[in-house]
Amino acid sequence: MRVALPYHLRNLAQVGGEVTLEVTGAVTIRSVLDALEARYPMLRGTIREYETGQRRPFLRFFACAEDWSLAAVDEPLPKAVAAGQEPFLVIGAIAGG
Amino acid sequence: MSGVRVLVGTKKGAFVLSADGKRKNWTVDGPFFAGWEIYHMKGSPADPNRIYVSQTSGWFGQLVQRSDDGGKTWFQPGVAPGEEAQSWPPKPSNRFAYDTSAESGRPLTTHQWYDGTQHPWEFKRVWHMEPSLTDPNTVYAGVEDAALFKSTDGGESWHELAGLRGHGTGPQWQPGAGGMGLHTIILDPSNSDRMYIAISAAGAFRTDDGGQSWKAINRGLRSPYIPDPNAEIGHCVHHVAMHPQRPGVLFMQKHWDIMRSDDAGENWREVSGNLPTDFGFVIDVHAHEPETLYVVPIKSDSEHFPLDGKLRVYRSRSGGQEWEPLAKGLPEKDCYVNVLRDAMAVDRLDDCGVYFGTTGGQVYASPDGGDTWSPIVSNLPAVYSVEVQTLK
Repeated sequence: MRVALPYHLRNLAQVGGEVTLEVTGAVTIRSVLDALEARYPMLRGTIREYETGQRRPFLRFFACAEDWSLAAVDEPLPKAVAAGQEPFLVIGAIAGG
Repeated sequence: MSGVRVLVGTKKGAFVLSADGKRKNWTVDGPFFAGWEIYHMKGSPADPNRIYVSQTSGWFGQLVQRSDDGGKTWFQPGVAPGEEAQSWPPKPSNRFAYDTSAESGRPLTTHQWYDGTQHPWEFKRVWHMEPSLTDPNTVYAGVEDAALFKSTDGGESWHELAGLRGHGTGPQWQPGAGGMGLHTIILDPSNSDRMYIAISAAGAFRTDDGGQSWKAINRGLRSPYIPDPNAEIGHCVHHVAMHPQRPGVLFMQKHWDIMRSDDAGENWREVSGNLPTDFGFVIDVHAHEPETLYVVPIKSDSEHFPLDGKLRVYRSRSGGQEWEPLAKGLPEKDCYVNVLRDAMAVDRLDDCGVYFGTTGGQVYASPDGGDTWSPIVSNLPAVYSVEVQTLK
């Protein structure tokens, strides 16, 4: 499956564009982020808090044009995301300005 | 050939400014970590190639960066240079967890919020990195909400020295305008168990047992803007400086007032003397003259810029009280920048160099102890911190 990261996290992970990950089991927010942090350990603590595992407050998650920021982390993501047809988006919570 | 390396943390990245011993021609490298807030960066006295950086962001949180080659390349400790990113298990170089364990920790209590209510301790960022005087792999971090952390593996992992947060006065600590940060860490070169720290706005503390227990050292400080002006806790200490050859003598820029202690912080007396205003943030001591001090007076706590638009460093050659303005090469008009608490440093060359950075993005250098000044750079992002490495 594919993950699109914001600019600063791409730099941190030393990747140019989208990240491709192998996720075992159900493709959920939790399993995607677990796989992402396993592949790119420098991202640990930058998307979710160490102590609580919660999404950092100024980040949001999107999938298939829907806002998943407040969804349960173990809820399966859309099939198109699991199949790699659509990316899972991690976005900084600023629309412009 | 001797030289200096000036480490500059800014609102939007880090810069390394280098020159030979003449300090006239400068090389500017950076921005490193472009777009990130760099609260502080400092080199190890035991290995000048080792530099620690606090990199932070409101979006992505806290990171620690390290260089082992004098600032040419950087990495997050635990991910070695050139190593593939897949290293596992990851080293949590950016995990700053308050120690609440029964063995070494203290309960996570509350501190005073701006409105006087109690507020839980929450980690926000690292304000200051202080490498050990003797071991490149040992480094201290002062954080917001105020606490002291230590790493003994080159920044790969951190543990809190919880005795400070658990001092017992925590409910009286409160944030200054910039947050409740532990911003000053001073290591005593004559006593490895002694350390001084300062917190806005709790005050100054000293440990004599390597950080296990702490004593508030604020006697003599007077702050009319708090309910008890002579309280043991609650003073907004902006910065403290010490000459390494006289570790019992401390100089403090408090919110208002320049203060001096000759007994390791047990007692303080005011030495503001003839300064035109004694509000400010930075204070430092000449490398070879322990009674020569530098401050940058700021108009007031409501107007954070120099008096009359004239940027001036003030120097005392008598340990305080008598101060002289140093203006040669500094803006004489229309200057409304601030100089933040960690944004002044001195080098240790024979003719002591003095450096400071401004919120307007200038970094000024004086190669002659403050007599003359010139900008090394003029258009950086707002400068948060300036440190200097003297290279032999």
